[in-house]
Amino acid sequence: MTSWFLIIYCGLITFFTRFSMIALLKKEMFNERVREVLSYVPSAIFPAIIFPAIFLNNAGSIQIEDNPKILAAFIATIFGIFTRNIIATIFSGLVSYWFLIFVV
Amino acid sequence: MNNKLKIFLKGIKDVSPLMIPVVPFGIIFGVLAIELGFNGYTTMGMSIIIFGGASQIIFLQLFSAGASSLIILSSVGAVNSRHLLYGAVLSEHLSDLKLSWKIIISYFLVDQAFAVSNSYLKKNNDKNKHFHLFGAGVTCWIIWQITTFIGIILGSVIPDKLGLTFAIPLTFLALLVNDFRKLVNVVIILVSGTIATLGYQIIPFKAYVIVASLSGLIVAFILTKLMNKKND
Repeated sequence: MTSWFLIIYCGLITFFTRFSMIALLKKEMFNERVREVLSYVPSAIFPAIIFPAIFLNNAGSIQIEDNPKILAAFIATIFGIFTRNIIATIFSGLVSYWFLIFVV
Repeated sequence: MNNKLKIFLKGIKDVSPLMIPVVPFGIIFGVLAIELGFNGYTTMGMSIIIFGGASQIIFLQLFSAGASSLIILSSVGAVNSRHLLYGAVLSEHLSDLKLSWKIIISYFLVDQAFAVSNSYLKKNNDKNKHFHLFGAGVTCWIIWQITTFIGIILGSVIPDKLGLTFAIPLTFLALLVNDFRKLVNVVIILVSGTIATLGYQIIPFKAYVIVASLSGLIVAFILTKLMNKKND
């Protein structure tokens, strides 16, 4: 049951972030400087999810050797840089990961 | 044809190409939720109540890792904060709308709808132009619910051995494809990622997402300040 409450709260947070964009925030409230820093929010947040999921094993400790996720993520990054395509990035990573664990 | 309907349909048409990457994203979300032990109802509930890909995936990740409610909520808040930027653009086009319309549109306002309607709203001055955003948002909503449902079905069939949880970092990696070529972004990415990885076990309450993101933003603040100074 607690997970339902949590889902509703997360829904409310998401809703009010969007609502504040339409109803509360005005262009003048953000100076150039704030807008500039806010534009880096994805680069600051997403790696905090990406890196631990690649470098940590199921027990939560860092695993560099014998970790196919590192090479697969590296290949996905290269694909991302060259194609700038979201789907190509995800699938190149998944396919190389499967290749590394099932074939190699 | 009725003007409102025409603008609504234009919104659907404009957003359609952006739905291609949403399809696998929604399916991956549904599959992962099932693999991480959520049932079909809560998974569907997340897509209907939260209706935001990044928020939902971070919810899955932290909830299944046993993070506290406070950490989950603040991490979802942090992930959403990137949307605050849109406010500067949207509010000036939608400020005359009734509150009820503002509420409806807020629910449907996702990245893809914002992206296509933003350029439409800039170019047009029709009093019903918000129907464009509404049409685009509803399209995203329908695609997201259908693909979540497909993911739920597939989730019980796809074997754990495939290691689909690896799709979580890949999905977020893919959302950064446009930032890999910029040096400042790369520095911030490395700082945040390193702190999160090293801090995973040390930082209490699974607050590593928040600590790493804030560190990344502080670095962004310092680096952009230095660059601006140089340009003066």
